[in-house]
Amino acid sequence: MKQINIIAKNTFDKNHKIGCNECQASCQSACKTSCTVGNQSCVFQDVAVNKKESDRA
Amino acid sequence: MVHFFTFNHNNIEYYFIWDIESGSLFNVSNVAFLCAKNLYGTLSDRESDLFNKTPKDDIKFFSNEFKLLEQDGCLNSKQSVKSFKKNLNYVKALCLHICHDCNLNCDYCFAGGGKYNSPKDYMTFDVGKHAIDFLIENSGNIKNIEVDFFGGEPLMNFDVVKKITDYAKITAKNSNKNIYFTLTTNCLLLNEDKANYLNEEMDNVVLSIDGRKETHNAVRHSLNNKNAFDIILNNAKYFVKIRGNRKYYVRSTFTNKNLDFSNDVEFLRKEGFSQISVEPVVLPKNHKLAIQEKHIEKINNEYDNLANSYIQKREEGNWYNFFHFMIDLEKGPCISKRLTGCGAGVEYLAVSPSGDLYPCHQFVGKEKFKIGNVFDGINKSEIRESFANNTVLIKENCKNCPAKYFCGGGCASNSYNFTGSISNTYDIGCKMLVKRFENSLAISAIEKIASNS
Ligand code: SF4
Ligand code: SF4
Repeated sequence: MKQINIIAKNTFDKNHKIGCNECQASCQSACKTSCTVGNQSCVFQDVAVNKKESDRA
Repeated sequence: MVHFFTFNHNNIEYYFIWDIESGSLFNVSNVAFLCAKNLYGTLSDRESDLFNKTPKDDIKFFSNEFKLLEQDGCLNSKQSVKSFKKNLNYVKALCLHICHDCNLNCDYCFAGGGKYNSPKDYMTFDVGKHAIDFLIENSGNIKNIEVDFFGGEPLMNFDVVKKITDYAKITAKNSNKNIYFTLTTNCLLLNEDKANYLNEEMDNVVLSIDGRKETHNAVRHSLNNKNAFDIILNNAKYFVKIRGNRKYYVRSTFTNKNLDFSNDVEFLRKEGFSQISVEPVVLPKNHKLAIQEKHIEKINNEYDNLANSYIQKREEGNWYNFFHFMIDLEKGPCISKRLTGCGAGVEYLAVSPSGDLYPCHQFVGKEKFKIGNVFDGINKSEIRESFANNTVLIKENCKNCPAKYFCGGGCASNSYNFTGSISNTYDIGCKMLVKRFENSLAISAIEKIASNS
């Protein structure tokens, strides 16, 4: 194996500091008791993280 | 700040380095892991022994590699956003408590049997209409607005759900807004007609089932139907069959009575559900079903078991999604959302059946958190202000937490219930969350490595 394998790099988009706030409010998605935000998708990215890769838009 | 963790899959030990502030993830060799931990963390005694046996040339090589990553801003990076306040200029999501009544009686219900510790109450169309008007008026420039039908059991007041939906669609269209609906149901009344309607009108449907029959029946009691579990399962399966690829979740709660909850996930998967969310119950520590400190080790081992079978099942072609293992390392939310979490009390509010406004569904019925009503608007702006300031950046326990930009500072309601303040953390929840977070990083990495090989 590679000694250091970069899986993901600098993934936080700090430029959108204010955010457009158009994405889903997190407690609306499923849990209603312990929301997290890292499992939500940005509304402007054509990716729904809960879908099989081959079924994503 | 740098976080170190390992994950064992198929007898291979994977070593991970997570750079908290930049959101960078590295899968490294054992030697690289020890060298990084020596530089940026604290070696255990056993790791120190191993590190002391590492050839000097290797240590030098990795130090140089890590320096380059530091220069690239993806290792040992510093916190760049120091303060943040949520924008108070709009409300974009409402949770409508369509009725405070329920046809199930669950031992762990935070709503006290669906009634929120108050007499049974049903929302009228007039209250719902005013709630929609309030949402449109207060959503400012936000284009995407959301309405969640919640209870109790919202299907017990289904006609009002339908009327509000019709009204909201027209009003949103006239105001040039996109409106998205969610409904949460225990499925007992989800007959074909209602299922077809929800499939048509709802953007997301949350189906509550607690997994295996024995798990479900131990804690969710039907008031007058012995076969409730079978009815619920069949109704949910019908819904999912017609739902196809559109959004839904089967949502379960696990308690200290089913700490082997990976079996409940597996049961649901085998029954044909592919969007599964199984959540730890949140209860006062003296409750007979509560998750306590002494359960954490077993729960975290169970998350490891689940993560392992999750990778395996998906690899074998039995794809499913587990809500708390979802992570998007490429295109996740912006930093604003990561800092401010759920948005309760600010962009997200709950409406009681009589029209009172609260910071979120879990605060409904707590008088001191009542911030106004849908007829007259918000009249306690100081409460909203306190929620707007309540970001992950102000919470002491979150400062060094590896999951902070994925958690957003945790649930204000859990914090309030356990510590008396919305600005602390619910520590048992944090321990499980960090474990799930490590698992989701490991799953992402292992699936990525497999797809590249
Ligand atoms: S898991 Fe706990 S400590 Fe970590 S960010 Fe969330 S609330 Fe804060
Ligand atoms: S305070 Fe808790 S329950 Fe309420 S919206 Fe936030 S995470 Fe969800």
